[in-house]
Amino acid sequence: MRIWRHRLFWPSAALVVLVAVNAIARPQFLRITLQDGELYGALIDILRNSAPLMLVALGMTIVIATRGIDLSVGAVMAVSGAVALTIIDGSGDPGATGTVLVAVVVALLVSLVLGAWNGFLVSALGIQPIVATLVLMLAGRGVALLITGGFITTVNSAPLAYIASGYLTVLPFAFIISVVVITALGLVERRTALGVLTEAVGINPEASRLAGVRSRGIIWGAYMVSGVLAGLAGIIYASNIKAADANAAGFLIELYAILAVVLGGTSLAGGKFSIAGTVIGVLIIQTLDSTILFLGVPSAQSPVFFAFVVVAVVIAQSPRTRNALRALGGARRPRAAASVQDRPKVEVAS
Amino acid sequence: MDGARPLLELTGATVRFGADAALDDVSFRMFPGEVHSLMGENGAGKSTLIKAVTGALALDEGTLTLDGDEVRFPTPHDAQRAGISTVYQEIELLPNLSVAENILLGREPRAHGVVSQRRMRDQARGILADLGLDIDPASILGTHSVAVQQLVAIARAISTDVRVLVLDEPTSSLDLDEVGELFRIIRELKARGVAILFVSHFLDQVYEICDRVTVLRDGRLVGEYLTRELLRIDLVHKMLGHDVSDYKARQREPVTQPDAPVFLSARGVTARGIGAADLDLGEAEIVGIAGLLGSGRTELARALTGAAHLDAGIIRIEGRAAHLDSPRRAISLGVVYSSENRRAEGILAELSVLENITLALQAHRGIFRRIRPARQRELAQSWVEALGIRPPDLDRPAGTLSGGNQQKVLLARLLALAPRVLVLDEPTRGIDVGAKVDIQNLVGELADNGLSVMFISAELEEVLRVGDRVAILRDGRIVETLRSGDMTVDSLLALVAQPDEQEG
Repeated sequence: MRIWRHRLFWPSAALVVLVAVNAIARPQFLRITLQDGELYGALIDILRNSAPLMLVALGMTIVIATRGIDLSVGAVMAVSGAVALTIIDGSGDPGATGTVLVAVVVALLVSLVLGAWNGFLVSALGIQPIVATLVLMLAGRGVALLITGGFITTVNSAPLAYIASGYLTVLPFAFIISVVVITALGLVERRTALGVLTEAVGINPEASRLAGVRSRGIIWGAYMVSGVLAGLAGIIYASNIKAADANAAGFLIELYAILAVVLGGTSLAGGKFSIAGTVIGVLIIQTLDSTILFLGVPSAQSPVFFAFVVVAVVIAQSPRTRNALRALGGARRPRAAASVQDRPKVEVAS
Repeated sequence: MDGARPLLELTGATVRFGADAALDDVSFRMFPGEVHSLMGENGAGKSTLIKAVTGALALDEGTLTLDGDEVRFPTPHDAQRAGISTVYQEIELLPNLSVAENILLGREPRAHGVVSQRRMRDQARGILADLGLDIDPASILGTHSVAVQQLVAIARAISTDVRVLVLDEPTSSLDLDEVGELFRIIRELKARGVAILFVSHFLDQVYEICDRVTVLRDGRLVGEYLTRELLRIDLVHKMLGHDVSDYKARQREPVTQPDAPVFLSARGVTARGIGAADLDLGEAEIVGIAGLLGSGRTELARALTGAAHLDAGIIRIEGRAAHLDSPRRAISLGVVYSSENRRAEGILAELSVLENITLALQAHRGIFRRIRPARQRELAQSWVEALGIRPPDLDRPAGTLSGGNQQKVLLARLLALAPRVLVLDEPTRGIDVGAKVDIQNLVGELADNGLSVMFISAELEEVLRVGDRVAILRDGRIVETLRSGDMTVDSLLALVAQPDEQEG
């Protein structure tokens, strides 16, 4: 098997190129220093800052694998942050670890309920995922504002700040959370049958139902996972700014998460998915973000720069582009409606 | 006709997929005004040849000439412009658009640059009327039955200025009347000088409509023959390449004891499309289901297996009332169902053969009791060997297998559950003779081992041969259940086709 046929080849290549460009532009990019037993450097920052998007994108991957989409993740982040900070703010002792722990657990439970609501609309009522999650996407921020009373709740709490900025041994705690979640999802996918059953549901829900797969439970579960992970992301975000900002928390993150999933090679049509691909996709986005900051692109123009790079990566990844480049000047247009039988026999890879 | 110049001629055609040649130095020709059949088992290269002719695949070697001029079709669209239209086996239309839009897709009549809905409907109505079809052109395609959709696909193919019409398994979802209708259209086109390539697994139809046959085997040309000079037995022999007697369906001992214990009994089963059906499936018994399209064959199968909601009636398994409210529940009670719609409701095309075979068992065990990978491989391997699935590659996406092999993969998926009742809806539709006999024999063996089988087929001859008893369905009702030994194909046909008012 040729290496560039592997589904993770192009995303990985894009990431390597990005890192290389940065390294050439500013050699200190690759430098990692150890201070007081804690690692610092641009790469470490990328790993730390990517945590919220990582969690949201991982949840999104599972949902997309079931042929769904979850637009409400940003709103769930806002609700989760609002819940957690309102609890901490209202408690007598905001600095106590116990208080923060309770706040985090309650916020995650609320996020779970919101995810379950999405799952209910999609799997039990059969509402199209994009419509079903649009409901919460629009209503969620309103709920968050209601919880915070319309203000940006700010708190001063050391245990809370630790979540986003603290270090566990030599690595940032937020990055450790990412790693734990990635590992847990990877294990659940590999060590149980959930991965293959999720793909089956995503590829063909009716055939899966007839084969006795609990499609409803699997789809429902996917939205619950997405909800909880978005909730966790919301807590990290709130911890980072030490405030619950119902309007800014997770703003547009659903689109970046979808982009990360797609960059990682998972098809929006559902079915085959790749956790590793999503991880790479998130790192591409986060590295790009840091590149833009470093290059000093004025913030008003940074979305344009971002757009150019993303378009380039997406086009480079498209199998049609690659086929077209190969047969430049040959066929006028790609063959329409190629059936499965027509495809080259290379997709077995994974 | 032999003196005439071929309208279409393929010479020394070779198409390779990677290392293996799907088509190896094949020559093929069609004359104007003839119906030509392409015969061969699945995997013989029929589809590849068709795709080579219609521009869906490029030739690695060889030439294609149309009316004496060498041509190359980079896309199906180019072939269509040159007058070569195709109706594929699996309908490739857009179910969410109207019938008229489907027929005229890409050639919509325009008025001042805007698509004119009215003219489009009128044109479509005219084309449909040519085919003798009374369908509202404004209706949404997806609301029609598969048979009607198939006819719309044909209407679309002949609505252009067609010189060569390729029909790949056009009759697999049509009932007798509709086949007759299609043949009338074919004859008409033939009289207009159109060359028609007719691919079908039904030998009767091939002999009824075709003038000439080209036989392929393993991607190579076996020969070209005049249909009237080729005996059926010789044709089958040439397709299979070995003695037909090897493939002779095994004669089952008919179940002699009339009171074999009943395993599943249905009383007054009512669901959408089926009314008050009573049916008993005995242990080790095969019950064939005969009926025209739309008679409720599939609805009955789905109602008995938890795939469709039951409005009324009771199903007992070994005497105990069973609540079959989902396929999952039915599976846990040993009742499994294989849909007639292999592609839409059976195979998971992008998953591997291994994943397809182990899917139902894994789903039955639940998410957390994963079958160990080594055990999965062992299990899938044993089924691939037992059913002769080709190619025997467990990691290949199931969608790349031929129809017959996909069907075997589906059977393996169900049999891995060690079921007690097997409900097979058209398991032999659209698959080659070899795989068909394999499946018929397998069903016989399973019944010998104590399984109850419900076997649905549009081919009455097959229902009669495979089934111990045959239940005859008409308009959503079981009108009679008879021993197959007491019937002939003709008497069964009479029962199936009999209008209700003339009953008795």
